[in-house]
Amino acid sequence: MPHIQLPPELPGISAAMAFRKETAKPLRELAHVLLHESNSLTSGERELIATYVSFLNGCQFCQASHGAAAACHLGSSEIVRQVKASPGTAPISPKLKSLLVIAAQVQRGGKNVTAEDVATAGTVGATDLEIHDTVLIAAAFCMYNRYVDGLATIQPEADEAYTEMGRHLAQHGYIQSSQNQR
Amino acid sequence: MPHIEFPIGLQGIRGPLSFRPETAKPLNELADVLLHAPNSLTAGERELIATYVSHLNDCYFCQTVHGAIAAVHLNGDEDLVKHVKADFAHADISSKLKALLVIAGKVQRGGKNVTEDDVATARSEGATDIEIHDTVLIAAAFCMFNRYVDGLATWQPQDEDLYRERAKKTARDGYALTSRDYIPQPKEA
Repeated sequence: MPHIQLPPELPGISAAMAFRKETAKPLRELAHVLLHESNSLTSGERELIATYVSFLNGCQFCQASHGAAAACHLGSSEIVRQVKASPGTAPISPKLKSLLVIAAQVQRGGKNVTAEDVATAGTVGATDLEIHDTVLIAAAFCMYNRYVDGLATIQPEADEAYTEMGRHLAQHGYIQSSQNQR
Repeated sequence: MPHIEFPIGLQGIRGPLSFRPETAKPLNELADVLLHAPNSLTAGERELIATYVSHLNDCYFCQTVHGAIAAVHLNGDEDLVKHVKADFAHADISSKLKALLVIAGKVQRGGKNVTEDDVATARSEGATDIEIHDTVLIAAAFCMFNRYVDGLATWQPQDEDLYRERAKKTARDGYALTSRDYIPQPKEA
């Protein structure tokens, strides 16, 4: 049961955002810029970073919903599973692998990111903007995950429950609620 | 040295905010709603929550600048800010704020650490649902801001006077308005 009185019909962050529309607006806009707007990193790549950090933080709602969005962008839920299980051996580019290393360091705390981590990402083609966005996506999901779990929101356990949500996020992004379209 | 190239002379979060105005806009808006907009929790109380979480995350820039802003709101009482960071349970703050700081400390370690008992205690001290919500989100947001500032190895000069000076303006004008001093403004259509 959620710690505060949230709309009972809404899962995860959707309930918290419906409860407090003033904070929902910048939270949605931030996710939209980071994950959906055009970028030299594809939406699939950025959703994988979000999914991986949410997985490291143990947040079911965020890893399942962003995993579903990543799968929709990439046309494969198998890649999502492999990235979570073992990013170093998953069938993704060396650049994305090096960005996932940085994301994992940020998840444990910002000071863990080393000059070597950043240099490695640079040698496999990551730009300053891509490194910036990776750090901020990882940091932002350390917020979203804590927000979703810290209020004890309702989170369906089955990954299948998130397929439709993931499709909506992949197609429309984050400005509108994925729950209004039902 | 910062991990990526920022405009020279910008400290802490101002480097990355100026580097990427598209993400700076919602980040500053979020900080304004949580810390600066009218609320049943005072701006001083909310800045103390932000300062305490930034202290737990060991982010020098964030704990120093938000500590200085908190002190401005608290009639210049820098000792109170120090006391809250070191041992809030014995600081001269309300029982409600102490209960909210317990929740914030749990969120800092991970959202699942917040218990029903923590929330019930806060409620018995008079905390409303929106105050509990905002405490969780302030704590969560500073787990982001702190990682953003440290994860890019931003320049964080160890000079408290510099933060004191800046805090006066931010405490008065808020975050988005102050950001016009250092973020390139998009041209209006």
